[in-house]
Amino acid sequence: MNIGDQAWQWLNQPDRWSWTDPAGIPYRTVEHLSFSSLSLVVAAVLAIPPALWLGHHRRGALLAGSLVNAGRAIPSFGLIILCWYLASRWELNTSFWPLLVALVALALPPLFANTYAGVISVGADTVDAARGTGHTEAQIMLRIELPLALPVILAGARVAFLQLVATVAIGAIVNDGGGLGRYIVDGFAEGAGGYGEILDGGIAVIVLALACEGVFSLITRFAVPKGLTIAAAARARTP
Amino acid sequence: MKRPYAGRVDHYVLADGGRPLFEWRWVQRNADVIALRLGEHLSLTATALAIGLVVSVLLAVLSLRWRWFYSLTLAGAGALYVIPSLGAFALLVPFFGLSFATAVIPLATYTLLILVRNIVTGIQQVPGEVREAALGMGFTRLRLLLRVELPLALPVVIAGLRVAAVTTIGLVTVTSMLGMGGLGFFIRQGIQTTTPNPTPIIVGIGLSIVLAVVVDLLLWVSERALTPWARKVRG
Repeated sequence: MNIGDQAWQWLNQPDRWSWTDPAGIPYRTVEHLSFSSLSLVVAAVLAIPPALWLGHHRRGALLAGSLVNAGRAIPSFGLIILCWYLASRWELNTSFWPLLVALVALALPPLFANTYAGVISVGADTVDAARGTGHTEAQIMLRIELPLALPVILAGARVAFLQLVATVAIGAIVNDGGGLGRYIVDGFAEGAGGYGEILDGGIAVIVLALACEGVFSLITRFAVPKGLTIAAAARARTP
Repeated sequence: MKRPYAGRVDHYVLADGGRPLFEWRWVQRNADVIALRLGEHLSLTATALAIGLVVSVLLAVLSLRWRWFYSLTLAGAGALYVIPSLGAFALLVPFFGLSFATAVIPLATYTLLILVRNIVTGIQQVPGEVREAALGMGFTRLRLLLRVELPLALPVVIAGLRVAAVTTIGLVTVTSMLGMGGLGFFIRQGIQTTTPNPTPIIVGIGLSIVLAVVVDLLLWVSERALTPWARKVRG
């Protein structure tokens, strides 16, 4: 049986399009997205406030830089497996915590570094003007620096989210969840007989990632403060 | 449906508090295998980077010629970059099997985005008068590229290469799914024995990080050595 037939047969198995059965692609897609979104939200809550504060006070530039480098050098695959091992050693729930911790750790560097860079890039005269009109430091951070840094923060969130979508799939190696990566890992375990499942799982993961990228570029377009878009357009017209 | 792999993970016998987190003994006993896997890791990384660099230079040269080609290349490389590594391997396995090619092709494509962008930016930064002077001295287009433009673009190109190298070294660990090993072999080995052993996991992660840092430093040093004029101007 050739690969095409194998892949087609796999797609037509019962329960493959079920929202409630773990074999179903919709079920796994929801699982995949909910895991990545949850990790992104947790990482954002942990990373953005300190980055905002440090950026406002112009401290911790070294920390922002080295976090990004460390994030790149640590192999995500290893981090997941190490977290899984530690969780099973301490008898925690191995299908939730290890993956969550690893994913949050991966999403922290881009979110922190981009928030920091975004806040730093806000002009000193803008901040001074806000101070002159009676804004408190907290108001400057929340109402001036945060919105102005939003495009850069969203770019960081986009990078982080794509990395999360890719890594949840890898998580299937140790995790019973693992979203759409489940099919790929199961297929690998079956050897040559699993090539159809591997192929379908691979396509599903790729389609999901490309769709997320599309959604994120739409969000970036609509969530940017109007003033910034106008300013950017004006800059583009008068070089 | 039966899930052999998942089942195996669930039924691990965990020695509670059994194995110490790190056993130096294991490292000593497996020194030769560690050296072997380290070499594998390096050869996968080097091959992927070399292919990525050659393809990127070609794409960058064409991009400098035609603006539309540059936008097209960036869009294409951006889309390829978005593809999750596991998905890319899964897509190639049915056609190339568990082979070196299956591992290297995705690794090389991930380097394209940053390399093409940095090569083009680097060459665009070369001052127009320098280019004119070279052409006035009778340089051909090819010699201009190889002897003037690329050397002057080198700092930006190497900056891109450093990011690509560090990312690739981390990603190579995933190719252990394909039986390609590299240091990822140890990471998997740690959970595949009946009693999970943390030492190989830690060795795999640790060496991968060390390798990334060392390669990053070497590239930085080579940039300093290859562009002596940059230092003279500053000094």
